[in-house]
Amino acid sequence: MAEEKVETIIVHSAVYKTEYTNKYRNRVKWEKPNEGEILSFMPGTIIDVFVKPGDLLKKEDPLLILEAMKMHNNVLMPFDGKVVSVHVKPGDKIPKKHAMLEIKAI
Amino acid sequence: MSLKRTILDLRKRKDEVLKGGGEKAIEKQAAMGKLTARERILYILDKGSFHEYDMFVEHAARDFDMDKMTLAGDGVIIGTGTIDGSPVCIFAQDFTVAGGSLGLMHARKITKIMDHSLKMRVPLIGINDSGGARIQEGVNSLAGYGEIFFRNTLASGVIPQISVILGPCAGGAVYSPALTDFVFVVNQISKMFITGPGVIKTVLGEEISMEELGGAKVHAEITGNAHFYAESELECFEQIKQLISYIPWNNSQKAKVHETAKPKFKKKIENIVPSDPKLPYDIRDIIKAITDKSDFFEIMEYFAPNIVIGFGRMEGQTIGFVANQPKVMAGVLDCDSSDKAARFIRYCDSFNIPIITLEDLPGYLPGVDQEHAGVIRHGAKILYAYSEATVPKITVIIRKAYGGGYIAMNSRHLRADFVFAWPTAEIAVMGPEGAANIVFRKEIAEAEDPEAMRQQKIQEYKNKFANPYVAAAQGYIDEVIEPEETRNILLHALQVSANKSISGPSKKHGIPPF
Repeated sequence: MAEEKVETIIVHSAVYKTEYTNKYRNRVKWEKPNEGEILSFMPGTIIDVFVKPGDLLKKEDPLLILEAMKMHNNVLMPFDGKVVSVHVKPGDKIPKKHAMLEIKAI
Repeated sequence: MSLKRTILDLRKRKDEVLKGGGEKAIEKQAAMGKLTARERILYILDKGSFHEYDMFVEHAARDFDMDKMTLAGDGVIIGTGTIDGSPVCIFAQDFTVAGGSLGLMHARKITKIMDHSLKMRVPLIGINDSGGARIQEGVNSLAGYGEIFFRNTLASGVIPQISVILGPCAGGAVYSPALTDFVFVVNQISKMFITGPGVIKTVLGEEISMEELGGAKVHAEITGNAHFYAESELECFEQIKQLISYIPWNNSQKAKVHETAKPKFKKKIENIVPSDPKLPYDIRDIIKAITDKSDFFEIMEYFAPNIVIGFGRMEGQTIGFVANQPKVMAGVLDCDSSDKAARFIRYCDSFNIPIITLEDLPGYLPGVDQEHAGVIRHGAKILYAYSEATVPKITVIIRKAYGGGYIAMNSRHLRADFVFAWPTAEIAVMGPEGAANIVFRKEIAEAEDPEAMRQQKIQEYKNKFANPYVAAAQGYIDEVIEPEETRNILLHALQVSANKSISGPSKKHGIPPF
C-alpha cells in the first residue's frame, strides 16, 4: 500500500494536515539576492564591456552593454565600489540570470 | 425569374455558405479533433432552434488580392436559438474559413449579435476558434477587436456572457474571453496566450510547447483564466447547458426555479467533519449534504482549490456557494483563492443569486511569495466583494473562523444577513496555539517546564475562547445550530430573505482593489 502523503500548513503555530496544490509545491522559494553579482535580467548578447578587474567605480558608472529584445541596455554600477571579476566579453551570448560581473562595495 | 427559381437560387446561395471553408479545410479541422463551427452551435442549442443571420456578409479586405477571394460568412457564424427553452445569442468563429481570422466584417457580425443580446437581455455565448487578427485588413481588424471588448464590458453584469475556447485564441483576441463571465476550455483543443512559444523562444530563450504555455490544463489549474475544463467538446457542451440552467437570463431576473428535492447524500452531516480543527475533510460533502438532490455544479475546480465555489439549488432556487476547503492548503485564503471567490461573489450579486458561505479556515497563507505577490490587495478583493453584495448573504461557521479570515468570510461586520455556527465553531483572533504563545509568553518562558506550561495555557485558552459562544454573546452569531439542522435553517433563512432590499450611498461605481 502506498504510504499516505501528509502535507502540513502552519498558521499561527498550529499545524494543519492538508494537501498542497501543485502551484504551491512548485513555488520559487525566496532567497536573498547577492548584491555582489551583476546578473543578466534577460538572455541576450554582450555588445561591449567597459570595465576590468580592480577598477574603482562610482554609483551609476556604465559597466557594459547587453543587447536584449533588440535594445542596447546600459548596465550600471549599483553603488560605489570595485570590480572583482569580469565573466563576459563582447560577442558572448548569455542566458537569463547569468553572472556577468562580480563587484564589491568599498 | 419565377418565384420558384428565386427560391432555388436562395437555397443554392445558402448551400454555398454552409460549406464553410470547403471539404479540405473541414477535413483538416476534423483531423485536429475539432468539430466545425456549425456543428458546435447545433450541439449546444435545442434541436431545430438555431436561426442564422448575416450569412451573405462579404469580407472587406481589398488589398493583397483579397478582393478576388470569397470567404463564407467572413469566417464567423452568428445567430439565436434556445437552450432548454431559454433564448440565447451565439456566435462561432469558423476556423475552416481563412483560419477564422478576424477582419472588419467578421467583427461587425460579432458586434451585431452582441448588441442584440444586450438589447434583448439574453445570454451571449461566443465560440472562439481563430488564428487572430486578419493581417491583410490591418488596423480594421484591431478596430474590430476593440469594439468587441467595449461591448463585453458594457454587457458585463447585465447579461451572462460565456466564452468557449475551441481552438487557438491568441494575442489581443484573448481579452474578449477574459472580460466575460465564464470561460470553457477543452483538453488538447483550447490554446490561449498573449505571446506564442515562437516569440518567447526568440526573445527569452525559454522553450515551451503551446500546450504547456496556454493549453486547457494550464488555464484551468495555473492561471485561473478558465472556469470549466472538459476532456471533449461534447462534455464541454453539456457543461454549458448545465451552467445555463443555473443562471438567469439577465440581471433583472432570477434564475429559473426548479422542482424542489431532498439531498441524496445519506451520510450523517456531523460525521463528515473531524472534531480536531487541524484535520482535513472535503467541504464539498457538506455542500452536497444540504443541496437539492445533492447536486453541486463546481466552478474553477482546479484553480485555487483551497476555496470552493459553485452553484447548487435549495428548494429549486439557485444558490452560489463559497466554502473554505480544509482538504487543500488547510483552506487558507491566499492571492488566488481570494481572487477566485471575489469574482464569483460579484457574479452572484450581479445576477440576483443568494450566497451561502461555509467557513472553516485558519487565516491567510504565510509566505514571502504571497506577500510579494500582493496578498494584501488580492485578499482585499474578497472583503470588498462581500461588503458590496446586496443579495441575501448567509454564513455557516463549521469549525475555524480565525482572525482576518473570520472577518473576510462574510462576517456580520460585512453585513451578512444571517450568521450561523455549529457547536464546533471557534471564532477567535487566532488559533489557541498562536494565541497562548503570545498572551502567556512570559509565563511559558519563566516556567520550570515551558512545554508543559505551553500545553496547559493552550488548553486554558481553548476552553475559554475556542467556541462559538464568545461571538454569540456579542450577537455576531445569530444562532448556534446542530449540524443536522443546517439545511432546514438555511431554507428558512432564504425564505425570509426573499424580498431583501437594501441600498448604499449613491455612487458612479466603487474602486475595488482589482
